[in-house]
Amino acid sequence: MEPKEIIKVENLTAVYDQTVVLENVSFNVLKGQVFVIVGGSGCGKSTLLKHMIGLYKPSAGRVIIEGVDIAAAEGRDRRELLRKFGVMYQSGALFGSMSLRENLRLVLEEFTLLPGEAMDFIADTKLKMVGLEGCGDLSPSELSGGMIKRAAIARAMVLDSDILFLDEPSAGLDPITAAGLDQLILHLAQTLNTTFVIVTHELASIFAIADDVVMLDKSTGTIVARGRPAELRDSSDNRLVQRFFNRECSTEA
Amino acid sequence: MSNVSKQDAPGRMRSQSQSGGDLRVILEGRIDSHQIGRLWRQAEKLIRKKQPECLIVDASKMEYCDGTGAGLLLWMRNQQNARNGRFIIEGLRDEVTRLMEMLDTKQADRVKDRNHPARRVAENVGQATVGLWQDLCSQIVFVGELTSALFYVLLRPKKIRWRETLLVAEQTGANAFGIVALIGFLLGLILAYQSVYSLKDFGAEIYVADLVALGLLRELGPLITAIILAGRSGSAFAAELGTMKVNEEIDALATMGLEPVRFLAVSRVVAAVIVMPMLVLFAELFGLVGAGIVMLSRGFPLVTYITQVQQAVTITDFAGGMAKAIVFGILVAAIGCLRGLQTGPGARSVGISATRAVVSGLVLIVLADGVFAVIYNILEI
Repeated sequence: MEPKEIIKVENLTAVYDQTVVLENVSFNVLKGQVFVIVGGSGCGKSTLLKHMIGLYKPSAGRVIIEGVDIAAAEGRDRRELLRKFGVMYQSGALFGSMSLRENLRLVLEEFTLLPGEAMDFIADTKLKMVGLEGCGDLSPSELSGGMIKRAAIARAMVLDSDILFLDEPSAGLDPITAAGLDQLILHLAQTLNTTFVIVTHELASIFAIADDVVMLDKSTGTIVARGRPAELRDSSDNRLVQRFFNRECSTEA
Repeated sequence: MSNVSKQDAPGRMRSQSQSGGDLRVILEGRIDSHQIGRLWRQAEKLIRKKQPECLIVDASKMEYCDGTGAGLLLWMRNQQNARNGRFIIEGLRDEVTRLMEMLDTKQADRVKDRNHPARRVAENVGQATVGLWQDLCSQIVFVGELTSALFYVLLRPKKIRWRETLLVAEQTGANAFGIVALIGFLLGLILAYQSVYSLKDFGAEIYVADLVALGLLRELGPLITAIILAGRSGSAFAAELGTMKVNEEIDALATMGLEPVRFLAVSRVVAAVIVMPMLVLFAELFGLVGAGIVMLSRGFPLVTYITQVQQAVTITDFAGGMAKAIVFGILVAAIGCLRGLQTGPGARSVGISATRAVVSGLVLIVLADGVFAVIYNILEI
């Protein structure tokens, strides 16, 4: 069976203060894929992600998630759409006035009719999954940077959404925790057929998990390469792509 | 660099004028960030005074040169290039040459504001006008969102986050009791003192009670409490929500399907509506106590004062004041939340939002008070 397209980005253009950040970007993500967006600092990766989750309205073009245009969806449609994906923000974006468990409960309270105890239970299971067992009563300010990232991932997947957007999940994590996180992502993708859209710089992580990679170029705001990471590394004839995947240093880029 | 040692002599710069308008600058010792300020000024002065056709830098006696030192060399070269002069460095060690290559920036043309001042004024005026208009639009949109959110929770009271609401009510209400009581007391006291001096000439000192009671209940009680609320809590709401915005927490709420307005603003507005009448009541009570002390000190018995107050005010005066209190509470809380949600990136914008919350809060309070005055006048309350 042909895997189905779950996210379609069509001719997306983003302009800020007359600076074109993204120009005519198009790609699609298949269901169950681990899709990775890479590119140098400031090339618009996070901007692209924020368009995909509907926080920014595109200057032109569309982002379609499971057949619905996210920028145009309103009311009930939008709610339905938001339920289909979870987002982990770069800074974690945990609510500082609440404990970890309450952070996770919030989504359950909004979207499910679970009894209170069950919500706590589910929140705890998700925390366990990211290695934060027994940390439910801690507040975000009591956590280390790595724990915040993991808690944020737990919150993103508390509803077992079809799609998870992760903005630099392993940045700032030690290599062992980062590898554990990669395992978790692979595991979820395989067992639950969860689709991942991940922004990252970590080469090791890209080779370990990515099914498909798009690389953005800062100077043009377009996609310079698309494919499996090993293919890109071995057979791309684009200088930028070669440099990125072979960690070549250059001051001219 | 290998030859760095504590024995290096401090950096020095000597100059020799040579034939044909050439200038020879000899650098000695350590040219580093400790010395650079003095040397740079010296170099600047030399080049400006001599305007050499060719500048020769002798670096053979330079024992050590750090990034700032290399920066000085590059700057001197750029100065020469800008005047179409020549620039030669002699005896420069390889590592410093490499350092200079690493540091050499392209002289990016600074973007100059080439516009005529008059045009700039026009531009600024235009931008400010558009800004005002957009702000007005966003306020209207926000009022709409807030009203719809309030109706939404009114129909589903379970959706109000009561725990947070009570927490906010404690912070904005219970914790403000002291300052509200103090200011109310002093306001009543001062009002009574000031009016007693004018009224005693007419033998009308007893009417101080009427004046203070009416003034407090109808006008000053709600007004002063709302001003305190704007300063204490309007700014706090803006700062809290602003920090959440900076930390992407507002974005997170939006993508989690929790409307930020419903989730954050409603609990705060509801809390303000609950606590404002109570705070106003206390402000008025303590104001009357303050005025009572003045009256007692003028020799009026307490019972006379109380009877006079009772005769002076009606329940309508009191209710009119309370209506104002509720409206002021909504306005201050709502504008605090709006400014918080409008916060841009960075710590500074949180500060700006807090300031704007207080300023807009005060403006709205005064405007609303004016509207109330007109309405009460028409209704003859």
